[in-house]
Amino acid sequence: MSACVEVVESGIAVTLQDLGRTGYRNIGVPVSGALDPIMMAAANALLGNDTAATVLEVCLSGPALKAVSGTLRVALTGELTGQILSANGRLLKVGAWETATLFPGDLIRIGSVSRGVAYVGLSGGIQLAGQLGSCSTYLRAAIGGYQGRALRVGDRLQCHPLSGDPWLEFRGSGVPAAQSGPIRVIPGPQDEYFTAAALADFFGTPYRVSRDADRMGMRLEGRALAHNEKGAEIVSDGVTPGSIQVPPNGQPIVLMADCQTSGGYPKVATVIRADLPRLAHLRPGDEVCFAAVDHAVAQLALRQQLAALQAWREAIESFRPPGVIDEAALYGGNLVSGAIRGDEAALHESVSMQGFEKGARHV
Amino acid sequence: MLASQLQSPPRLLSLGDAAWTVEFGAEIDPQIHGRVLGFCSLLDTLSDDDRLVGVVEWVPTFRSVTVHFDPLQADAMALGEHLLGLAGQSGSLSAAGCRWSIPVCFEADCAPDLVDVAASCGMSPEAVIDLMTGTVFSVYMLGFLPGFPYLGGLPASLEMSRLASPRKVVPARSIAIAGRMCAAYPWESPGGWRLLGRTPVRLFDPNNRRRPALLAPGDELVWRPVGKDEYLAIERACAAGEFDLASLVQQEGVA
Repeated sequence: MSACVEVVESGIAVTLQDLGRTGYRNIGVPVSGALDPIMMAAANALLGNDTAATVLEVCLSGPALKAVSGTLRVALTGELTGQILSANGRLLKVGAWETATLFPGDLIRIGSVSRGVAYVGLSGGIQLAGQLGSCSTYLRAAIGGYQGRALRVGDRLQCHPLSGDPWLEFRGSGVPAAQSGPIRVIPGPQDEYFTAAALADFFGTPYRVSRDADRMGMRLEGRALAHNEKGAEIVSDGVTPGSIQVPPNGQPIVLMADCQTSGGYPKVATVIRADLPRLAHLRPGDEVCFAAVDHAVAQLALRQQLAALQAWREAIESFRPPGVIDEAALYGGNLVSGAIRGDEAALHESVSMQGFEKGARHV
Repeated sequence: MLASQLQSPPRLLSLGDAAWTVEFGAEIDPQIHGRVLGFCSLLDTLSDDDRLVGVVEWVPTFRSVTVHFDPLQADAMALGEHLLGLAGQSGSLSAAGCRWSIPVCFEADCAPDLVDVAASCGMSPEAVIDLMTGTVFSVYMLGFLPGFPYLGGLPASLEMSRLASPRKVVPARSIAIAGRMCAAYPWESPGGWRLLGRTPVRLFDPNNRRRPALLAPGDELVWRPVGKDEYLAIERACAAGEFDLASLVQQEGVA
């Protein structure tokens, strides 16, 4: 048995993502995957899905989805809201961090992301065979996702039909594991290619996010980082999401989930895993500062982030949407803790984000 | 100079909290690359025996190997020390892979830069083709795009800079040169390399889970010149899924 939604409006560059595609970087295949795997996990938690289930990632404006068969549930996480036009003509607002149920014929119109990326989960996760072990979309080589591309009108997404009470929805308490302060990095692997003054600028002055940012990478603007006598090019070596490469103009580029697997510019530092999701929510004009940390701090930060996500899961509440007879008291408050599965190891095993090299040396 | 490079001990470089880069040198050099292949072969063996806990995958380049790991499963510092120790012990390996013979059409519409390259190098287009097809290239690494091979061994007389103004669109399966490298574009892409031919053979197939990329680091290849008719016939067979890629293997790998 499965349920199905049809894409009625495509939104802009909406892609299917999961935790990414590992095991093929040696042949040049980027990891891809959700830019904010914590938010993706939250969407799946609201639905009782497996943590790694495939979701829709929305970067600008969201799609409109119509339930064409089966009763199913959607969840919105991130700064994203929606509106349901039911088959019998009623309008219902869906808030961020909430679930909503679609009966056959219902249509949900999902709005624009007010900040960064956001996620739309479907009950049971979006069902797709995937390519090279993942459903994540890598647009540049049309690998994974829905035929390797962003959603289009008429696409049909399969998911599981809702099991359980269709009039009992779930909501979470805003951003799980929110962080502020400087973006934490581990210096290297080529910090020795920069002058002392450049390193002082990198760690001591803010950088502004430029308009040139996508799933492959994010160009920053600020004090130019001068390379020392070793120069501004290296023979290509490995890169990873979070790598901060510095081309000859001295303006850093942070690589993101779809980045290439190797690159030829010196890399001054790498953003730690726990802070990678924060990058996805920066907008052009935002300022970022960087702070150096060591491996012990990075590992602690990652464990704290997972603990915060688990606490968020445990605080998920059920509610009766407006217009539905309030039987919540009858069933008690938190009905979900048993239904939510959290597999932290699976989450972070392949949580990775890759970026790209605009103006790569050899192209 | 080479001897001193060979004796230089490998270095461990930090690539964030979930990857280490083990660096064997700073240059493109067959000896350094041999150590890269040797280290990867050792990692293969250890991984098969489940003796690399927390390691997710590793990526060989010209001169280094990046090892990605799960920081919740492996202690970063301990793993780094372990990798560096292994890199010091691992030997050198050369041309461990297959030798391929891959068809290439050098006719004008497949080779938009052939005439210019020939003129710049002071030889005829035929002489360029002879050099290209008379060379055994070795696959150093894959990167830039899925399945994009960096091929060493280009004769010095064909050394060329990149185009001053890169093309917005390089057709998929173009064979190209730049500097002392040869390459093949698996996908349509922007690019600044000089295009000398095109192969009808698919270089990357995401539905082939066992071997999505045709070539692997350590493989060797020679380009086999084909006319337009054979090019089109092979292209059709590939599109229909009726082409046997194994028929391109001239010599099986030793690994």
